[in-house]
Amino acid sequence: MLPKREATSMAERSPATRRALWLVLSLVFAFLYIPIAVLVALSFNEGGLPTAWSGFSLKWYVSLTGNSEILSAALNTLIVALISTAIATLLGTLLAIGIEMRRQYGKGLEALIFAPMIIPDIVLAIALLSFFSMLNLTMGLHTIILAHVVFNLAFVCSVVRARLKSFDWSIVEASADLGASALTTFRRVTLPVILPAVIAGALLAFTLSVDEFIIAFFTAGAGRASTTLPMQIYAMIRFGITPEINALATIVMAVSITALTLSQRFNRGIIGQ
Amino acid sequence: MSEPRTLLQIDHVSKNFGRVTAVDGISLDIRENEFFALLGPSGCGKTTLLRMLAGFETPNDGRILLDGRDIARTPPNKRPVNLMFQSYALFPHMSVRANVSYGLEMERLPAAEIRERVDAILATTELVPFADRKPEQLSGGQKQRVALARALVKRPRLLLLDEPLGALDKKLRGAMQLELKRLQHEVGITFVIVTHDQEESLVMADRMAVLKDGKLLQCDTPHAVYEYPADRFVADFIGVMNFVPGKATADGVLAANGARIAGKLPATLSPGATAVASVRPERIRLFPKAQTANRISGTVEALAYQGLDLQLHVRTPLSPKPFLVRVTADAADRRPVSAGDTIELGWDAADVRIFKD
Ligand SMILES: Nc1ncnc2c1ncn2[C@@H]1O[C@H](COP(=O)(O)OP(=O)(O)OP(=O)(O)O)[C@@H](O)[C@H]1O
Ligand SMILES: [Mg+2]
Repeated sequence: MLPKREATSMAERSPATRRALWLVLSLVFAFLYIPIAVLVALSFNEGGLPTAWSGFSLKWYVSLTGNSEILSAALNTLIVALISTAIATLLGTLLAIGIEMRRQYGKGLEALIFAPMIIPDIVLAIALLSFFSMLNLTMGLHTIILAHVVFNLAFVCSVVRARLKSFDWSIVEASADLGASALTTFRRVTLPVILPAVIAGALLAFTLSVDEFIIAFFTAGAGRASTTLPMQIYAMIRFGITPEINALATIVMAVSITALTLSQRFNRGIIGQ
Repeated sequence: MSEPRTLLQIDHVSKNFGRVTAVDGISLDIRENEFFALLGPSGCGKTTLLRMLAGFETPNDGRILLDGRDIARTPPNKRPVNLMFQSYALFPHMSVRANVSYGLEMERLPAAEIRERVDAILATTELVPFADRKPEQLSGGQKQRVALARALVKRPRLLLLDEPLGALDKKLRGAMQLELKRLQHEVGITFVIVTHDQEESLVMADRMAVLKDGKLLQCDTPHAVYEYPADRFVADFIGVMNFVPGKATADGVLAANGARIAGKLPATLSPGATAVASVRPERIRLFPKAQTANRISGTVEALAYQGLDLQLHVRTPLSPKPFLVRVTADAADRRPVSAGDTIELGWDAADVRIFKD
């Protein structure tokens, strides 16, 4: 319905106005995407100079695999993203179900849970840092994981809750009526029905975790052992942008876009069910 | 014939939600293998009572005895009782077959037995061609049959149905009413059905209970409820009734205009009390014989053909509302009436019911 109406209103405008609109739109897209396109192109540039194209090559990608610092940072990022996503998905899903089932207590709780989505990253980062040092925790990957669980939980919870808004709770009662225990009902009825939203939430959490910089930077502690990819890129960039960074950034972007696209598709029910 | 066995005993059961009393001290016996209907206006507590029988609500007071055992606090998954939900509540991610098998899998029956019983019930409910479809690929009537099959396959002692035909159109509803009766006969399970459609309960039930504001007004066979309503509310709620307000006398009711309606005064009413005399439309005759106990003349205001019979609205001095009279098409053909005619109505004293007003 909507795109159709937009199309007709476009057609009603004079050709000159239409051309002007297209021009503005193109400029906006150019501003957004030319830098990214250049970055991707340069990651395949044989010569490695940002000023001259000297042919297509995968050599910067190959040289990434030889860079032990980058590899260990990538491994750290993967560990942080996977573990924090797993924990946040489990807790966030249960939390969403809990809130929706007992909606009368939900209002105040809701604000508390979604705060991490709204509070600026830098504030959350400082708060978590002082919290961890107050507890005398040694910082490392585990503190990054905990910190990522905090905000990922909120995102998973909100995605799953959106699905639960249209969830027919009578099927949970029907399952009990047919003789299922609460656990069986969750495993065989509730979870399968909301699974697309749970997966969407998990993929979103994974994406957020993979390129999160500020909070990881504050909660990683001293030393290089718990450096994540965004932190590694930041460190490398201080010595200028190398073609290797372009290659790395391209990979991170590809992973994020894939995860986000999948997440949206699950959420809209294109996959799953 | 021996007295049928009592299956379920509802004993002074009450339930309140905060300050709302949804069910107020109801006592009822439901007999083995009967088709029992719970009837009442919206909000009278039908669903709440049914949910207490299924185990989704716990009574604040009273006992629910199934085969003599109090189950009021038994969780729903531990009761030999199944509920067919008003919204059907089919599992959207499972096929028809999987929906129906689910309850038997919960009983951990051997796969072969599950298969056999599911096949049998799918055949009974004529769902075999749809066994592999998902609920979203079914029509309303088919979904309803799946919900029914899913509950029946468990062979519960008691099957509860919450407005099972509410979502269906009139024609399909009629067919499903017969279908439900047939199935109940076939499987030999006690049915308790909730409805707010009085016609439905008259057609289907062996016995029925009329509820209002959480209280039980009457519990009897449809015939007894229709012919001998317990009070004015029941008389008005079940079927159509003409009321003549007035004062009770020893042998009837004295209407406001001075006319006497002859009828038997119930023991609970003494002469002088405000009372209402009532008569069903089909008990009223046009052009009555001279010896008919109650006669009144009135003006025909409107006529409505309803297929088999003709409904007349007749203005009389007895009541502020016009009298409703039902005449068979046959009788109407013999002595035609039209709007504006003045005609005489008559009915016997035995057809008059008198209530406290
Ligand atoms: N969970 C609840 N919380 C608060 N009040 C409730 C709840 N469930 C029911 N009630 C109230 O209890 C009363 C009886 O409700 P119930 O659903 O049993 O009525 P019903 O007879 O099934 O009506 P209907 O024909 O409209 O389905 C109503 O006043 C209703 O508002
Ligand atoms: Mg109801």
